[in-house]
Formats: sequence, structure tokens, C-alpha cells
Amino acid sequence: MDDIKCQTLSHLQQLEAESIFIIREVFSEFQNPVMLYSIGKDSGVMLRLAQKAFYPGKIPFPLMHIDTGYKFPEMYEFRDQLVKNLDCRLIIERNEEAILKGCSPFKYSVPKCCGFLKTQALLNGIKKYKFDAAFGGARRDEEKSRAKERVYSYRDKFGQWDPKNQRPELWNLYNSKIDEEESIRVFPLSNWTELDVWIYIQMEQIPVVPIYFSHPRKIIRRNGFLIPWAPHIPILPSDTIETLQVRFRSLGCMSCTGAVLSPISTVDDIIEDLVQTRKSERENRIIDHGSDSSMEQKKKEGYF
Amino acid sequence: MVLDNVKKDIYETIDLLRFSTAGSVDDGKSTLIGRLLYETKNVFEDQLDAVKKTTERSGRSGIDFSLLTDGLSAEREQGITIDVAYRYFSTLKRKFIVTDTPGHEQYTRNMVTGCSQVNLTIILLDARMGVLPQSRRHGFITKLLGIQHVLIAVNKMDLVDYSQSVFESIKNDYQDFSKKIGIPDVKFIPISALQGDNVVQKSSTMPWYLGPTILEYLETVPIGLDININDFRFPVQVVLRPNLNYRGFAGRIASGRVKKGDAILSLPSKAKSTIKSIDAFQGEIVGSCPSQSVTLLLADEIDISRGDMIVHPSNLPMVSSNFNANLCWMVTSPLKVGQRYLLKHTTQIVKATILAIDYRVNIYTLEHEKALILQLNDIAKVNIETFKPIFFDPYQKNKVTGSFILIDEVTNATVAAGMIL
Repeated sequence: MDDIKCQTLSHLQQLEAESIFIIREVFSEFQNPVMLYSIGKDSGVMLRLAQKAFYPGKIPFPLMHIDTGYKFPEMYEFRDQLVKNLDCRLIIERNEEAILKGCSPFKYSVPKCCGFLKTQALLNGIKKYKFDAAFGGARRDEEKSRAKERVYSYRDKFGQWDPKNQRPELWNLYNSKIDEEESIRVFPLSNWTELDVWIYIQMEQIPVVPIYFSHPRKIIRRNGFLIPWAPHIPILPSDTIETLQVRFRSLGCMSCTGAVLSPISTVDDIIEDLVQTRKSERENRIIDHGSDSSMEQKKKEGYF
Repeated sequence: MVLDNVKKDIYETIDLLRFSTAGSVDDGKSTLIGRLLYETKNVFEDQLDAVKKTTERSGRSGIDFSLLTDGLSAEREQGITIDVAYRYFSTLKRKFIVTDTPGHEQYTRNMVTGCSQVNLTIILLDARMGVLPQSRRHGFITKLLGIQHVLIAVNKMDLVDYSQSVFESIKNDYQDFSKKIGIPDVKFIPISALQGDNVVQKSSTMPWYLGPTILEYLETVPIGLDININDFRFPVQVVLRPNLNYRGFAGRIASGRVKKGDAILSLPSKAKSTIKSIDAFQGEIVGSCPSQSVTLLLADEIDISRGDMIVHPSNLPMVSSNFNANLCWMVTSPLKVGQRYLLKHTTQIVKATILAIDYRVNIYTLEHEKALILQLNDIAKVNIETFKPIFFDPYQKNKVTGSFILIDEVTNATVAAGMIL
């Protein structure tokens, strides 16, 4: 047979091959990895890459969803359906103590609520199951502190990130050495952009939660934000409530995820819109608006 | 993005160029990257608004492009870059990953890290200063890291009246040096990152310059030939055994090509077999190329595990437990001859000892000098002994099988980057 011709791989083929390499590397070098599954589009892509990495076998580690109890009903439905089809173990981790006490961004502040319901639940889960590596779907183009984080992000035994003291990361030679109780957060999608993610979703026909697309929804208008209505969100005298045709660009807790007015109803349209758009993805995430460096602070405390 | 009105299928097929930037403090690296992002329309409105506000708050007007690449709060307070940062932008021709490395303390360490994964490096020179010792140092590091393409951006041309003779004399100076150390492809472009001359837009202020702008060059520099397609090397990452009838060797092709029916040999056992099939999620594939992640199935049941390497029997890597390497030391505690470290090379970790330091490179003069220990940012030629043989190629021929890191067994820190000679 003749030698095969080698063309330069497209950027998506390169990103895919790199991510699969990272996932296999973590599986091989850690005792007990877990994949953090947030139900969003990035998690969907990460999951597909994990399937590819071990095909024809099953994904050889569990998924863990850090649940605050405040996610969209459509997200829970999607999650439960997906796990049925995928035949893999899903751990749902919640900070029940804080949830019982009625922790919410309205009772406390947004950073405090995130700290209890997300960071604390994540750290509890990692400790409870003795996970030594946790995959996350974060991308470096999302946020400026993420742009500085390694693919293997070393965390001390309290899950804390120290941006000034990161291990140099050379070639594709990842350093997996840690001591007892320490862990590594691994970000296989580090080099993907939002546009890459959507084009891949389209190429691979990856299912996503339907609320990424336009749908009618009861919305609370408040300070320029369109907050999805939910029974747990208190109504202020200045709010107006109406049903609008909206979509969500990224998914999180209902109280902290702003909707955008949009007629977009297909992945094709999302890609077209992204190409034209001038607004960043996290703009409607109320969580980032606390201060200029709120993500940096949260990561230092053990956030994803 | 500049993808307006164009079908996404173009975006599906474009390739990827990874580049890094090198320069001293105030050479205008952040301004250059900020300008590239802005003029290719890869900056979002809300990010731009934030930068405009910050620029105004500091009593200036317009847009301070360098703020677009600022990261951590500690950096904004001090007006410096602490660590390697990654930026992303794309045009209709390419997607770009930019590795932005700071220009101050720990410089060598960060530049080596930043250069380890890129196709090209942009070295910034200040037109007023000309070629400084650090510009030579940057060139030396790109050569050490095997970067095929170097772009010398002579910046701040607006401060030398856009003078052709200033540009030409810097170019001549640097060419003498780059030829001497053997950088394969060097391109010179006169720019003003601040004013935007020759970054994305051609400058009307330098009619004497007929070459491409920075972006035009980045979009067109050919990188296909940089890939080693001749020496097939497949470090095994995982053995997949989903059922009794399936035994696949999963990994990423480090270099070379492989196809169904190829005769192969496994190292270190030297057991031989042939490729029965190449599996991927989308189905069986006939052949595959460098950097693809695939699964190989063999015709015979031979014992292969993680860390082993599958190659063609007619084209073998070196197999040895003693070799020379260039080493860049990356931590404050010094390297001591005779101390034991963990060495990670492809997909295996072995114990290793530095037997001798041949010489250290004086990073200012590039001369070789005697050394008994190595300190942070030192670059040296050393002799290494591993406790088990490893399978490698010289780094300049094969970056994947020629590179390694050293890990401190006690602190778990990554202490050195190594390039096998």
C-alpha cells in the first residue's frame, strides 16, 4: 500500500486529539478521577471527548454534578435522561446543610451563596469520595483568571488555587504528582473557544439542553437583567413580570443566569449569531459582576 | 470576529497556529496582542467598555490595548504580567493560540514554557534601542526550543520617524546573529503597535516597506512542513480492554504515519506484529498522521503496556539509559549533581540522576561556562542516567520523543525542562 497522505489537521481535529490525550493521561496517572458534569454545552462536549477516549469501552470514571437545587427544571430533566442513555455512574453532590438553612443569593450575597452551594459542595464531594483528579469543562477564553490557569491545575488539600505558584506546563508532559488529600483540576477544553464548542456540537450532533434555544418563558425584568421566573426568587416592587421569547447563552442557577431576548432556534443560528456577536458569553452571568476579579477570588478558595 | 456573513464550514476546516511573544518590559507585547485581538474583531463589546473605562480612570484617553490582555488583580495593581497567559483569536484563514509570557524576572523559565508548544515566536525589539543582549537571549531560546519560525517585530517605529535606515540596520544586526546560531526562518517587520502600523493594516507611514503585515504573515506562514511524518512513534497511553475479544492500544501519534497492515515493533520488548486495524470513535480508519489520538489493534497477542512505544521495525528510535540533554532549571532550589529526580518522557516516568553538568550557558553572552550547580533560569548541557532505558530521538528532530521534564520526588514540583541532544 502507498504511504498515506498527511494534511495538516484542522484546528478542531487538533483540539479534539489534544483533549482526548489529556483525558487518557489523567485516567492512566491518577487513582480515582471524576468528571465534573454541569449539564451545560461545555460539559456535553467534554463528555463526548471522554466517550471517544475510551471507545469502544465505557467511560471508566464517574460523573459528578454539583447541584445547588436552583438549576433550571429543564436541566435536571436533561441530566437524568442523559445518564440513562449513557450507562455511567452519576454522583449528585449537594451541600444539604446549607440548602436546609435556606441559603440563597437573596438571603446572603451572590459570592457567599456560590461559596456554600458550589465551592463547598464540590470540596465535600472530592473529599468524601477521595477523588484525586477532577475534570472540569472550563475554557481559557471564558474569563481572565482562567486564561492564566494550567490544564492540570494543582490544588492543595483545601482545594485552593495559587495563581502565583503554578507548575510550569511544558509540551504535553503533564505533572500528575501530588500528595495525599491534594488534587488536580483538569481542564481538557482549555484551548477551545465558545465558537469551537458550538461548531463541534453541530459536527458531532451532541444533544444540548433545549433552553439554549428560543422559547417562551415567564421573565422578571430587573435592573436591565432578564431573570427567569422561579418560585424561590423573591419579587421586588420595581420588577415587572412578563412572558418573553428568550434563550440562555450559558446555564447556571436560575436566580443568577440572565436570559437574552432571541428568536434563535437551531445550532446553525447560534453559530451564525456568535460570529456576528459583540458580547461575551458571561455577560449575563450575574455571578461575575460582583467585582472585577470575583472569579480569581473564588478559584483561590477552591471553586471549579 | 471577521467571520461575518461567511459560512461556518470555512471555520471547520481552518488550521491552527500557536505562537508566543517575547520581549522585555515595555517593548509593547501586550499592546501588540491587544491590537491584534481588537483589529481582527475578536474583542467583545463589554470587554472593550471595561477597558475604555479603566483607561479613562487612569487619566488617559482612547483605548489602552495592553489592558485587553491583563489578567489577575495582582497584575493590574502592579501593571505587570505575572505568568504565562493564553489568548485566542481567529480569522477566516487560521485560528491562533497566543502564549503571552512576561518580560521580567523568571523570564527564561516562562519563555521556555511558552515556547514549548508553539510553531512561531514573535520577538519584539524597540526601534530606539536596537538589538539588545536580551533580544539575542530570546533568539537563543527559540533555537533551543526548536521553533521553526521567528518573527522579529521592530516596534515603536513611530518614535524613530518611521526611518528605513533604522529598521535596516537593526535587521542586519540581528541577521548576523540569527545566522550564527542557526534559526531556520527569520522574518522582519517594522511596526508601531501603539499606532497600529503594519499590525493588521498596512502602514502609509512606511511606504518603503513592501512586505506583509504581522497578521498577513501569521495567516500565511507555512507550517505543514514542520511536522515529522517520517519517523513513526506511538507512545502507548492506555490499553483498552472493554471485553475479552478487544485489546486496543490507545495513544497519540507522536510523529510519522501508520496504516493498516504495517509491520510494527514494540519497545522495549522488541516483539513484532502487524497493524490489524486503527480504531476511532467514528469507525475504523485506514491510516493516521502525527498528533492524532487513535487506538491501534494488532494481529498478534503481544505484551504491551503504558509507556511502551510502537514503531516501525525499519525505523527505530534510540534506546538508552544514558544521554546528553539541554536543561532549563525552573525552581529556586538548585540542581545538584548526583541527586535523584523523576523523569517524565512521553508516557512513562522513570527515576533519573544528573551525572554531570557539561557547561552552563551564560544567558547574557551566550558563552559556555563551568558550573557545579544549576539555579533558577539556568540553561545547561548535562549528562543524564535513567534507571531504565528510554526510547527517544534528538529533540531537534522530534519534539515529542526528544523532550522530558524532571519532577522533584519530595516537593512534586516540575523542576526542569529537558531537550535530548
